Amino acid sequence: MKKVALEVNGKKITREISDHTTLSGLLRDKLNLTGTHIGCDTSQCGACVVHVDGKSIKSCTALAADLDGSKVTTIEGLATNGKLHPMQEAFKKMHGLQCGFCTPGMVMSAVDLLKNKKNPSDQEIRDWLEGNICRCTGYHNIVAAVKEAASKM
Amino acid sequence: MASLVGSRVERKEDKRFLTGKGRYTSDINIANQTYAIFIRSPHARAKIKKVDISKALKSSGVVDILTGEHIAQDKIGGLIAGWAIRSEDGSEMKCPANPPLAKDSVNFVGDPIAVVFAETLDEARAAAELVKVDYKVLKAVSNLGEAMNSETIHDGIDKNLCYDWLLGDRQKVKEAFEKADKIIKLDIVNNRLIPNAMEPRACVIDYNTASEEITCYTTSQNPHLSRLIMSAFGGVAPENKLRVVAPDVGGGFGSKINLYNEEIVCSWASKKIERPIKWVAERTESFLTDTHGRDHITHAELAVTNDGKFLGFKNETIANLGAYARVFGTVTPTYLFGPCATGVYIMPAAYSNVKAVYTNTAPVDAYRGAGRPEATYTIERLVDKAAMELGMDPIEIRMKNFPTEFPFKQTLVHQIDSGDYVAGLNKAKEMADYDGFAARKKESESKGKLRGIGVTSYFEACGIAPSPVVMMLGCGVGLWESAEVRFNPTGQVTVYTGSHSHGQSHQTTFAQIAADELGVPIENIDVVHGDTDKGTFGMGTYGSRSLTVGGIAIVNACKKIVNKGKKIAAKMLEASPDEVDFKNGEFVVAKSNKKKTIGEVAFASYLPGVRDEVKSPLPEGEEPGLIESSFFDPANFSFPAGSHICEVEIDPETGHVKLDKYTAVDDFGTIVNPLIVEGQVHGGLAQGIGQALYENAQYDDSGQLITASYMDYTMPRADDLPDFNLGFTCTKATTNPLGVKGCGEAGTIAATPTVMNAVINALDGKEISLPATAEKVWKACKEMKKSNAKAA
Repeated sequence: MKKVALEVNGKKITREISDHTTLSGLLRDKLNLTGTHIGCDTSQCGACVVHVDGKSIKSCTALAADLDGSKVTTIEGLATNGKLHPMQEAFKKMHGLQCGFCTPGMVMSAVDLLKNKKNPSDQEIRDWLEGNICRCTGYHNIVAAVKEAASKM
Repeated sequence: MASLVGSRVERKEDKRFLTGKGRYTSDINIANQTYAIFIRSPHARAKIKKVDISKALKSSGVVDILTGEHIAQDKIGGLIAGWAIRSEDGSEMKCPANPPLAKDSVNFVGDPIAVVFAETLDEARAAAELVKVDYKVLKAVSNLGEAMNSETIHDGIDKNLCYDWLLGDRQKVKEAFEKADKIIKLDIVNNRLIPNAMEPRACVIDYNTASEEITCYTTSQNPHLSRLIMSAFGGVAPENKLRVVAPDVGGGFGSKINLYNEEIVCSWASKKIERPIKWVAERTESFLTDTHGRDHITHAELAVTNDGKFLGFKNETIANLGAYARVFGTVTPTYLFGPCATGVYIMPAAYSNVKAVYTNTAPVDAYRGAGRPEATYTIERLVDKAAMELGMDPIEIRMKNFPTEFPFKQTLVHQIDSGDYVAGLNKAKEMADYDGFAARKKESESKGKLRGIGVTSYFEACGIAPSPVVMMLGCGVGLWESAEVRFNPTGQVTVYTGSHSHGQSHQTTFAQIAADELGVPIENIDVVHGDTDKGTFGMGTYGSRSLTVGGIAIVNACKKIVNKGKKIAAKMLEASPDEVDFKNGEFVVAKSNKKKTIGEVAFASYLPGVRDEVKSPLPEGEEPGLIESSFFDPANFSFPAGSHICEVEIDPETGHVKLDKYTAVDDFGTIVNPLIVEGQVHGGLAQGIGQALYENAQYDDSGQLITASYMDYTMPRADDLPDFNLGFTCTKATTNPLGVKGCGEAGTIAATPTVMNAVINALDGKEISLPATAEKVWKACKEMKKSNAKAA
């Protein structure tokens, strides 16, 4: 067991965890932040993407014990004071989600893309999101949503 | 008030999904819950000699371990086939028993044998490692083509044959073929697919020892049906002591139609161990045990005249059922496949003969489109081949054989109420700039690339109702749908539907419908689904049926509300009901300015007395309240149709197929919400394209699934797909008051043949099997080069 201290969505937390607890496991099982989803066991689907120190990572393959002192933002922490993030607004406006399961990871990835590139091309959006699998939308409206968000940010 | 039907209303469900507030089954935790891990067969076919749980039982944190022996002792029933299909000779289909936990034999890799319940997931995993199963491994039947000549998997089922089914007239087809100028022949392997909803299956069970009620939270497309099967066939608990809740469900695509072993086992076990249970599938468990889709071997022939008229069609198919027949397993390759295999065409004679066989692979059942993609692939590849052999344009040959008058009696089963196939194909042709293809091909060639164009015209039969018809065809239940509409005294409305949304957006579209019918703002309407304790019984969501069946039940329940409201309003307004009109949420007495809003009427309906200004508004004989329900059973299936065109560019040096342009023109009748319908088409296309270019479930000779993770099974990703160019035509359905047709499966049905026709067009007609992977295409390009060199 190991003690980790993290800042999650602006709140400082400390938990005793086993060495092999993943960040997604900590978020879902210990902090009840179930917006971060687990869709595979091989770090392929991207439903678990969160931000650690401002960068998007797949939380299912990050050991929580390694992240002591980090700042973590999950989908629950994206809206501020009840106001949706422009990326969340854009996904809603462009119908960039259906069943909603891949959505948290998809949104967190897309937010990081726009941090790196203000006005990405369609191809750049598609390349960036290659690590996030969606089975519902065919990606068409996700790409449209990211472009919409880019135009508003 | 402007009509909401037809508007691009943003979704009511989005905020919770976008803020992490969705509630999926795996998000649910119950105090004192145990964690389940299933012990599954690593062999495709084996006898179970002994299951030794003694060491595992002593492992840390273990609460209990249950096996096939225990479940048999408690006489818990197994999984069932939902449709009884008869063979051509009249004999009944043959189905093996499918116990929830195998006791004597296992029949596919992943078949569950035992289950461990422990205090933590880690402890359950550790104990599962200690369960020792002694197998006698038998030779697996994993090759579909050889299944009928292999060892018998299930005792008493000769040749592994479930049924040998025929639809159509062999003699008429023979006569038609004798008159033909040319017979076009095609052999197809319709590749096996794994649905891969992004949310893995899961269930969380709670048992109340005092009330003896079991609550099963599960990832289901049809919780009511799951409860029925678990109760009536599983014998787990009477229906009134069993509550099934399918909360937010992360995609289904057919794979969550079935009730599965895990739900029965955990529900039964929860009562036994008197503890809540949580089970969540790992992705590889989903690959191994979710129902798979497609998997046909087909030989088809089309008889044509020299000028391209179709005379007859024959379809000989072997369909893989996997190890066991499940709910839609037996109907998917028959009534959902055979009738549609003649396509959108006038076909004077036709038959479909399907032999469904068992193999030592995961059960095969409905996957988005279910039978209709296989049918459309067969006929549309054949039609393209015919065009090529006759030297005709693919659009010309299709136009030549379209029916132009509706209703159209389709060759094998369906009476298609409405459609305009010519308009659809013309529109697709224009939107795709079909005539500009030659110039684009030249340009590709100048860069050393190959370019191909592919066309598909399809119709499909969806809705999967009316009940008298589906029951005649072998369905074990009626496939109507129900709705209940409740006015609260203070004017908001709750709509309960027996359909289930796992991405389809019922909370929005169904609220749009109710808002229009009742004249209530959409903000004041909530749609509730997915809980057997809330609302009436329901048949669930599959076969693009939610709107065409479930949506109409809502319309009808709303109409009953308005009728009752009219009587109450008339009493309140001191007029006769005949004088009262209902419009935009108001009851108005004709030729007067006397009116009451539906909210006022709802309020009054709950106050049937005299107090202050309220004076007994209920007409004599009327009961208080404003709640109505409806069970809707349509007069026919619904028949969406359309034409799709795509262009691919192939790099002969790498075999990479670039999907360059994709145009889809569909006729879904009235469209309730274009934003959502477009999304349904996009997603459907991605799955159809996935089958054409990427996805392929493969078993090796020993029956091991060698594509059991996202590292091995290719899912279409964002950088694999283009933007889609969508268009719509509209001929309203005549069989429901909204004029709607199903839209959920169309993209998947049309896309696979459209893409393959384009790939094969680029390869100058060289046949290539599904999926057209870079490796296969590269090889085909090499061969083309060789044969071109020889010819030169």
